[in-house]
Amino acid sequence: MDAATLVLDEATKVYPGQDEPAVDRLSLEVGAGEICVLVGPSGCGKTTAMRMVNRMIDITSGDILIDGASVRDRDPAELRRQIGYAIQQIGLFPHLTIAENVATVPKLLRWDRDRIRARVDELLALVQLDPDETRDRYPAQLSGGQRQRVGVARALAVDPPLMLMDEPFGAIDPINREKLQNEFLRLQREIRKTIVFVTHDIDEAIKMGDRIAILRKGGRLAQYAPPAELLMEPADRFVEDFVGADRALKRLALQRVRDIDLWRAPLARAGDPVASVRAQTAACDLPYPLLVDEAGRPLGWLSEAALAGETVTADLVSDPQPIVELDDVLRDALSDLLQHESQYGPVVDARGAVAGVLSIEAIGHALRDSDAVPRAADAAVEG
Amino acid sequence: MSTLAFLGEFGEAIQFIFEGETTREGTQVGGSQFLELTVEHIKVSVVAMVVACALAIPLGLWLGHIRRGSFLAISLSNVGRAVPSLALIAFFVAYLGVGFTNVTLALVLLAIPPILTNAYVGVTQVHRETVDAARGMGMTEARIALRVELPLALPLIFGGIKTSAVNVIATATIAPLAGVTTLGDAIINVSGYGDVGRLAAAISVAALAVMTELTLGAAQRAVTPRGIRLESGRPSRRRTLSTRIGRTASP
Amino acid sequence: MVASAVAALTAPLAQVQLRDRSGGDAGCVADDGLCPGWIADNFDRYVDPLVQHVYLVLASVAIGFAISFALALVAHRHRWMIAPIVQVTGILYTLPSIAVFFLLLPLTGRGSLTAIVALVAYSLLIIFRNITTGLDNVPEEARDAGRGMGLTDRQLLWRVELPLALPEIMAGLRIATTTTVGLATLAFFAGAGGLGGQIFADINFKSNVVVAGGLAVLLAAVLDAAILLAQRAITPWTRARAA
Repeated sequence: MDAATLVLDEATKVYPGQDEPAVDRLSLEVGAGEICVLVGPSGCGKTTAMRMVNRMIDITSGDILIDGASVRDRDPAELRRQIGYAIQQIGLFPHLTIAENVATVPKLLRWDRDRIRARVDELLALVQLDPDETRDRYPAQLSGGQRQRVGVARALAVDPPLMLMDEPFGAIDPINREKLQNEFLRLQREIRKTIVFVTHDIDEAIKMGDRIAILRKGGRLAQYAPPAELLMEPADRFVEDFVGADRALKRLALQRVRDIDLWRAPLARAGDPVASVRAQTAACDLPYPLLVDEAGRPLGWLSEAALAGETVTADLVSDPQPIVELDDVLRDALSDLLQHESQYGPVVDARGAVAGVLSIEAIGHALRDSDAVPRAADAAVEG
Repeated sequence: MSTLAFLGEFGEAIQFIFEGETTREGTQVGGSQFLELTVEHIKVSVVAMVVACALAIPLGLWLGHIRRGSFLAISLSNVGRAVPSLALIAFFVAYLGVGFTNVTLALVLLAIPPILTNAYVGVTQVHRETVDAARGMGMTEARIALRVELPLALPLIFGGIKTSAVNVIATATIAPLAGVTTLGDAIINVSGYGDVGRLAAAISVAALAVMTELTLGAAQRAVTPRGIRLESGRPSRRRTLSTRIGRTASP
Repeated sequence: MVASAVAALTAPLAQVQLRDRSGGDAGCVADDGLCPGWIADNFDRYVDPLVQHVYLVLASVAIGFAISFALALVAHRHRWMIAPIVQVTGILYTLPSIAVFFLLLPLTGRGSLTAIVALVAYSLLIIFRNITTGLDNVPEEARDAGRGMGLTDRQLLWRVELPLALPEIMAGLRIATTTTVGLATLAFFAGAGGLGGQIFADINFKSNVVVAGGLAVLLAAVLDAAILLAQRAITPWTRARAA
């Protein structure tokens, strides 16, 4: 079966006895073969929105169209058999073997036995399970990751044009989750299904989604856009906050020290008059004078005793480590600072001369200043 | 057999309980004599229950506290169910003879398994973290058993007592076989009481059992710590999940 | 009518012969002892009561199961019915069977019908509660996945919920069966025979008490084991553990 198109047209769900809708006039269009990720904080109605598609929850108003036909006109059971369904808890039937689990919907559709058997083996292989080894086992005999694969295979059993996935990798440990996500993306390149994918994890959303719908409390759509656009042009403060931390960390890996506003510290050479050093201090961000050599290369931080006389002596409180370079990415520079348990470090240019001082505070400023770094978003798409 | 006749027999039986009648031989049955039977019935049951509780509750608490003997505690109740009460009484009569003590002993054996098993299960189902926390705060083992495990196990222990008590009351009905004249006397020595007396005994035994059940049921609710009642009133994990998912559409 | 069919099926009640002690070692027998010789000579007198006993137990548990199952399915759809059903069957469970036998006499007369009605009444709560608990313990995610894949409510019940509830349903059957074996020893009070009549007939004679009582215990153990084996056969997944 080919992939289907999915349209939510002002789809609304109000639970009986509640004033506020759980999903409020949600309109989305999902192209054939696209992964649409519904993401948002808990209670934003993303699961409800997904469950409206196969009528596990009936919409109160609006409409949902699959390939142009309203789900409201379909018998729910018959509709669901043509939509793949995978949930976080997986919901494998503990009393059925893996083969019987995968064959659930084919059996409902009365496929003949040979066709079912062939299809089961094909699906198990597709999700990278050895059919001979897993076919006759029970779910209790598989690991969590294997069970999750069976869940996906079961959802794909009758080659549905549309799949619903509710945090399908949510219960898996981070390492295996990453693996399953990659596997699933590879699989999706092969099968090209239309997929509605629910998650609360913005990282996962950015990784998996062709388009991302961010929902806010009350089931209202905050923004529906491809991941790059979401990172680059968050529609409002809510989206910005929701994407927030993730954006910052990504930017950290993409931004270089030269891109941000560096601090200034008073620079002194041995023999300089103390008065001129003190005069510099007033205009600097950092009150601690840095001793440099003739070429301007950092030697260390001066002590009070060094400034006690008329001229500066080479009396240091500490060495200048870490020394960072203008072309270092912020992530590495920050790592250096943390490793040296230092709040700040001198920044040097290509020749090794001090160009400023990098402080953790300055990095923080740069990250909060979202307009400063257009390049961050471009790179985020690759991740 | 008309409905009227049926009601009539019950009417006569109730009258027999409260007023009694004189048999052809001139002995008084029913009425005050029935009260004596009832007192004897309750007496043998209560004595047996007290002894059974005194033995089974400490043993169950102790086994549960050390988390040992699950096989004993669980299989005892299975075996207890499989031994017919009539066979037990008969066995005592055949081997030890008749008498109040022997009947009491038989009833004690009958009553122990549910109480022991429930006390054991009640203690073992107390969360390990709760006990750990108590130990971590420096409570002695005895204090943990009495102040933490016992209160939390009380509802189940009372459930066991209730099951045993109802069973003991029922079984005391056949005690006249072993020479103790309980209400069952009217059933077993039917020639002395007649059909009406027998029906009266059946009504009385049934009433005793139901009253025991209701009283101990109320006691069970009363001893349930308020915190536990609140907990069990809370929606279960399962319910929480279905609430999250919401009501599903009906086809 | 079920009632008349049941009555017709019942074998003619064996006449209990009070204190018939022919056969075996006369000295041992006179002494109320446990006499292997007497037991060997007289074992056949226990066969009919045993057969009656088995009949009473199987009929009662089967009928009790059928009623409880129907009630549980109805209450599964209409959950408000659980509380009243538990209350009513709870009273039936509390009433001592020996009392119920006589309370029923004016209605159903002497015979196995009375005994079976009383035993059925006793078993309802046990079986009903186990079926309900079993259905309630079905993992919500299995139910949700089933619905999500397009199983109708009926398909969900028969293909997912009931199979998953089987271990608890069978556990209920085991408890009901062993208890009914015990209670059926009192059925002779209702004129339904069984091993109890044999015990009652000569309660001081150790040989008699041990054989009749022993057969009852053995019957309970055998039926319990049979149900357990059946359960293992039909619930293979319960023994499947991570390799």
